[in-house]
Amino acid sequence: MSAAYAVSDCWTMTRRELAHWARQPVQVAVGLVFPVMMLVMFGYLVGGGRTVPGDYVDFLVPGMLTLTMVFGLEGTMTAVTRDLDKGVVDRFRSMPMTDGAVLVGRAAADMLQSAAGLLVMTGVGYAMGWRAHGGPAAFAGALGLLLLLRFAMLWAGIFLALVAGRPELVQSVQILVWPFGFLSNAFASPDSMPGWLGAAVEWNPMSATATAVRELFGNPGGEPGWVTAAVLWPLALLALFFPLAVRRFRRLGA
Amino acid sequence: MTEGGEAILMEDVHKRYGEKRALAGLDLAVRRGTVHGLLGPNGAGKTTAVRVLATLLRYDGGLVRVAGHDVREEAARVRRRIGLLGQHAALDEALSGRQNLEMFGRLFHLGARGARARADELLERFGLAGTGRTPAARYSGGMRRRLDLAASLLTEPEVLFLDEPTTGLDPRGRGEVWESVRSLVDGGTTVLLTTQYLEEADRLADRISVVDGGRVVAEGTPGELKTRAGRDRIDVVVRDADRLDEAVRVLPFAPGETAVDRDRRLVSAPVRDRMAALAETVRALEAAGIEAEDVALRRPTLDEAFLRLTGADARRGEEAAA
Repeated sequence: MSAAYAVSDCWTMTRRELAHWARQPVQVAVGLVFPVMMLVMFGYLVGGGRTVPGDYVDFLVPGMLTLTMVFGLEGTMTAVTRDLDKGVVDRFRSMPMTDGAVLVGRAAADMLQSAAGLLVMTGVGYAMGWRAHGGPAAFAGALGLLLLLRFAMLWAGIFLALVAGRPELVQSVQILVWPFGFLSNAFASPDSMPGWLGAAVEWNPMSATATAVRELFGNPGGEPGWVTAAVLWPLALLALFFPLAVRRFRRLGA
Repeated sequence: MTEGGEAILMEDVHKRYGEKRALAGLDLAVRRGTVHGLLGPNGAGKTTAVRVLATLLRYDGGLVRVAGHDVREEAARVRRRIGLLGQHAALDEALSGRQNLEMFGRLFHLGARGARARADELLERFGLAGTGRTPAARYSGGMRRRLDLAASLLTEPEVLFLDEPTTGLDPRGRGEVWESVRSLVDGGTTVLLTTQYLEEADRLADRISVVDGGRVVAEGTPGELKTRAGRDRIDVVVRDADRLDEAVRVLPFAPGETAVDRDRRLVSAPVRDRMAALAETVRALEAAGIEAEDVALRRPTLDEAFLRLTGADARRGEEAAA
């Protein structure tokens, strides 16, 4: 099978996801609004009591952007299990289409949605008084790091969904995502935590991205030298979960 | 190996899920251009067999060829030649019928224009042309099944697998699907149909394999299987258990076909001519002076026929016939 077919198959599967959006605009809107709500809630309601270096909104926005990338895993898992549950994947697998085009379509759609989410959230953050001070290149670099983290979480989500198999089981995985998201420096500086917790938080891959993004935005909480970690952590996760997910998908029939 | 005329060939196929043997040496040969029924109860291995044939499931041992190609070695070639209608609608139910057919058409590499033209044609043929943008989730069960069937026919497959195509449909939806399958076969497609309904196999299939416990326990035309499974029986219950053996001796039944249940004091045998058998039985009992508590003729129900074919009787029948 030629490369042209592979590209065409992946594009067809991406279009399928886009058609879903056109069908369910409300759901898409809710998906975009939820992180904005979190941002507003933490910025104005919870934020008052936080001790962080500098202005809290400037600290919070990069953290929330990072958290949104991690929580994107849930949407990916839900979409994958819903497909498996419906039997439509059986039809795809019984057709002479490119191996993995189903997964590529999922990945492309999720990345597009995440990019849209980043734009909306930075806009709302701007309205709340958040400013980036790093210049356009650093700004683009920060968005790149965020999307890289999302890309890694996406393949983790696909793999976990294929392992869990059923939508009911996804919920139990989701419960584990929350502490992973919150045990980070997204909302609070590790300096304000008990020593052991602060250490755990520093080692959370998500914290690496949040710190590097803060640095690139010129926001408080950033530290130089974290960009490498923010590239390596997601790449390590990708190196683990991408082959696992593809292999698992191929072996669905075993 | 394959003799040219076979569209589906399974030889001694095994598949195990942990401890459970789903296929235990299944043999199946389906001639090109015919409809073959796989009949069996839940858990007999019908769906497993179809999933193996449709390249969706790996099997542990044996030989499986579809349209002349090995499903393990040449999965891509097999996939270009088959259509699958699974037990559950294999559709994207958030999308309309047209969107589904165009998407699957593109994935079969018909090209954008080709996929659109084919979708039009199939929507028309399956009476779905007026459905517009309505998502498949809001179709009736029968409509969804027809759309599913249309999706299975995008490339006019050589071999079509229908896994319990009418389970869960009302009689009208069932009729619609039967109609579609019949018109297909006229076009020369080979069809493998699994079903729990004897009636469905009877109406659609040229030959039937009865499956139980992961293997074929009986095979033949619907007519052959019905005569074997569906004969009327006469049941005689004697009052005195001690005279049961004597009753068996005097009754005009063929010894090989007579079943005796001592606990219920019952002698039972299949009959051809109902009235003659009843008269002869009563006469024989009177002549021997054996008192009967009950003499009854009964037609086996569809369920009984099915149970007999898939239960121990079928195995005994196989051995007797062999």
